[in-house]
Amino acid sequence: MTLAAARSALLALLLLTLLFGCSGRGDEGEVVHFWALGREGEVVTQLIPEFERLNPGIRVKVQQIPFTVAHEKLLTAFAGDVTPDVAQLGTSWVAEMVALGALEPLDTRIAASREVEQADYFPGGWTNNVIGGRIWGVPWYADTRLLFYRQDLLREAGFATPPRSWAEWVAAMRAIKARAAPRDYAIFLPVNEYEPLLALSLQQPEPLLREGGRYGNFRSPGFVRASDFYLSLFREGLAPPLNNTQISNLYDEFARGHFAFYISGPWNIGEFRRRMPPERQDDWMTAPLPGPDGPGASIAGGSALAIFARSKRKDAAWKLVEFLSRPAIQLRFFELTGDLPPRRSVWRAPLLAQDRYAAAFGDQLERAEPPPPVPEWERIGTQLRIVSERAVAGQISPARFRATLDADADRMLEKRRALLAREAGR
Amino acid sequence: MRRSRRAALVQIALLCLLAGFALFPLLWMVSVSLMQPGEASRFPPPFLPAAPGLSAYRALFETTGIARYFLNSLFVASLGTLLSLLFNATAGYAFAKLRFRGRDRIFQLLLAALVIPAQVTMLPLFLMLKELGLINTFAGVLVPVTASIFGIFLVRQYAMSIPDELLEAARVDGAGEGRIFVQIVVPALTPILITLALFTFLGTWNDFMWPLIVLVDQDLYTLPVALAALSREHVQDNELMMAGSVLTILPVLLLFFVLQRYYMQGLLAGSVKG
Amino acid sequence: MRRASRAGWAFAGPALFMLGLFFFVPVVLAFALSLTDFDLYALADLNNLRFVGLANYGELFGTPLFWKALGNTFYFVIVGVPLSIGLSLGAALLLDGGLRRLSGLFRTALFAPVVTTLVAVAVIWRYLLHTRYGMINYGLAQLGIEPIDWLGDPSWSMPAIILLAVWKNFGYNMVILLAGLQTIPADLYEAATIDGASAWQRFRHVTIPSLAPMLLLVSILTMAGYFQLFAEPYVMTQGGPVESTVSVLYFMYEQGFKWWNLGVASAVAFILFVLMFVITMIQFRIARARGAI
Repeated sequence: MTLAAARSALLALLLLTLLFGCSGRGDEGEVVHFWALGREGEVVTQLIPEFERLNPGIRVKVQQIPFTVAHEKLLTAFAGDVTPDVAQLGTSWVAEMVALGALEPLDTRIAASREVEQADYFPGGWTNNVIGGRIWGVPWYADTRLLFYRQDLLREAGFATPPRSWAEWVAAMRAIKARAAPRDYAIFLPVNEYEPLLALSLQQPEPLLREGGRYGNFRSPGFVRASDFYLSLFREGLAPPLNNTQISNLYDEFARGHFAFYISGPWNIGEFRRRMPPERQDDWMTAPLPGPDGPGASIAGGSALAIFARSKRKDAAWKLVEFLSRPAIQLRFFELTGDLPPRRSVWRAPLLAQDRYAAAFGDQLERAEPPPPVPEWERIGTQLRIVSERAVAGQISPARFRATLDADADRMLEKRRALLAREAGR
Repeated sequence: MRRSRRAALVQIALLCLLAGFALFPLLWMVSVSLMQPGEASRFPPPFLPAAPGLSAYRALFETTGIARYFLNSLFVASLGTLLSLLFNATAGYAFAKLRFRGRDRIFQLLLAALVIPAQVTMLPLFLMLKELGLINTFAGVLVPVTASIFGIFLVRQYAMSIPDELLEAARVDGAGEGRIFVQIVVPALTPILITLALFTFLGTWNDFMWPLIVLVDQDLYTLPVALAALSREHVQDNELMMAGSVLTILPVLLLFFVLQRYYMQGLLAGSVKG
Repeated sequence: MRRASRAGWAFAGPALFMLGLFFFVPVVLAFALSLTDFDLYALADLNNLRFVGLANYGELFGTPLFWKALGNTFYFVIVGVPLSIGLSLGAALLLDGGLRRLSGLFRTALFAPVVTTLVAVAVIWRYLLHTRYGMINYGLAQLGIEPIDWLGDPSWSMPAIILLAVWKNFGYNMVILLAGLQTIPADLYEAATIDGASAWQRFRHVTIPSLAPMLLLVSILTMAGYFQLFAEPYVMTQGGPVESTVSVLYFMYEQGFKWWNLGVASAVAFILFVLMFVITMIQFRIARARGAI
């Protein structure tokens, strides 16, 4: 290669870099940076034009982030000091963000707002965002877990209505299993998902962490009951010891009757409608989770909208939050995503009131409980998943399972205990 | 050494097998990228597209915003290359031909530092860049890799062979060090500079872990980071992902083919003490 | 002399400054960081930082996942390095010897995987290794072997990654070894042949000893590279299934950039560094003892 050729290549390179270095963007008006996750992130862009029309001078830039990396990215943004103005936060992340001092308290704004009225919200979702007596997020959509089941198989086994207590549930599952083919089961509980176990635990009177979230409480009578019940389903052969990637196609298997019960969330209403064969469309139904003695609680999940403390456009960001909290907008959001509204008034709209699958969710949400509001919960939850997998596989005994969880939780909460002790000492 | 025909044939056959092993995944990648959506998720898996088309590429450009990531990668790699040339060429020359106190000891220290894996520095570097406000910027991606010990070593190795008399003569003529560098040293170093530029471009283009950590805004993603993110979302879409891989790999492969000679020279210079 | 000295610093200064600030200082800071309990709380408020001495290291040694990561990484290195070097040596031997023009073409083909972007090829291989639609299992089926759940079965996940790693970089070592082979004088072989040595004996007593320094270099380089396993687990398996592909760096990444336990993560980085250093030293000693260098 000649020197001349090398020199011109270098020049070209230089020009290219200058070209891109100088691509500035002129921002007109305020630009609110909004991080939305997963499918909601894709869909919310359709609602933005109306907001911008109602609020000239404010533009919204939506960054859509997949759920699998969202938590990581939020923490990275905090660590790197590049948080957006407003973001959708999974309910279990709110406590963590608050402990870091990343969020802006919303009490005064909510009190002054005509759009956001606390009384209209399902209690579980609302209290999830109340930490230290202040409100840090506004629920955007609600999520919970309940039973999806084959009502035809249930009827054939002799049960006309869905089970309401654990006892009825086990009886139903046993009956179904007795009538099923040897390779089939009564319920599918993916071993790498911890939501079913968590839901059963939240039905217990004892909290999952004790002393203000300082220690694990996994050897409490409540959790013993919940975990024993959960593990017994595998031991009795009512549930297959498979994870969610080992089953080839969930919907096919459900349609085939490979299992009759499945604990899942609202998104599956749409999925079941879409993927179940036509002849099976009348055979599936939703029902609230059975509890130890009657209809039980479930996980209060979903997402909240929160404003970041370091934002320079909090007022504009709050306007966006208010807009997305309007019942009419929430109804449209439900139409687009199938995500359940966190406000009771929206549930009265015909679209939802007449949805026979959603009805169970509306009922369950009244009894939904959030997991412990400590920042470390995400890690403890992950540990719950990992260790329960081992317990289901029979690698550790149930007692050891609970002891391990307590030890792990205690370890993870050590810093929290130290910080709280220091706070108390001040 | 005499070689029988049979031995030669066996040799070629084995080499063909190995070449097949090496190239098959890449050829398959191109083949799948030309298939229709869903065509590759069949059993038995197809080798060739039934009706080759660009629908995967169209989907790639229209729905994933990959053009932006490609341009980001291009920008970052180009800028990185320029900076690397600037910093490492001057330093390599200095270590080879300019005398300053502690020069050799410093160089030995640098060589010894080669054993330190870069990951050790990543965490504190993140905190440092955060204080400097460089998180989520291209500068943050490039700053740690601008000066490279290996690059300095490479240039120094080559620069040692520049005759001292040439430089002395220029100095005697009254030329400043800067002029000497630009007019004598750089032309003499051209081959190794091409090698360095090539290595830096390839290395920066292919870099994954650090851009993954530093870049938070999707808009700034480079191709590898974007590809990793896409692969988690589009698990089912073979053809789309293969098109993305083609877009990522093709530029570096082409660059390599064209400048192979320089690449090999650099590789061997770094490893063969000569 | 003084002018030359000034010029020397002027030319070397910028690079040295960058290296000093963005490499050496972080290395020292990393060690300091590993002695603290720096985490998210400390990020929020630096007053929350505590000096904990070697507690992080102690905690690590009591963390099962850390040992699993170590074990996985060693598995990868112990199996992958010999495989990779073996293949490289084989390829180099094949290329060395009387092919003239063809050899250049083959060399390029065999080297191509080296320059490819790791993330992109990890994506390709994820599909190649697909249990149902992947080419690998299809090929195995032709040989009458049952499909293997490469990325879903804990026993096969690491072998899958080893396969990818060997494929990706055997060309690199091949080029180095080829250069080494080409420096072996032909008369050494001739003398051995005259002495009645078979091809295998020539290989063992002429080729290998002559290549010994190259082999050492290649072995150190490859091992250093393999200890830094990260992108493949990140893209293909996310450390699973059941943590069978969590490497030390993947563990460090999760601790540091997912959970923000920067103190612990720094400790992991340092342990990795010390490990690599020690093993490199051991290799040197062995090579010297064997008289190779």
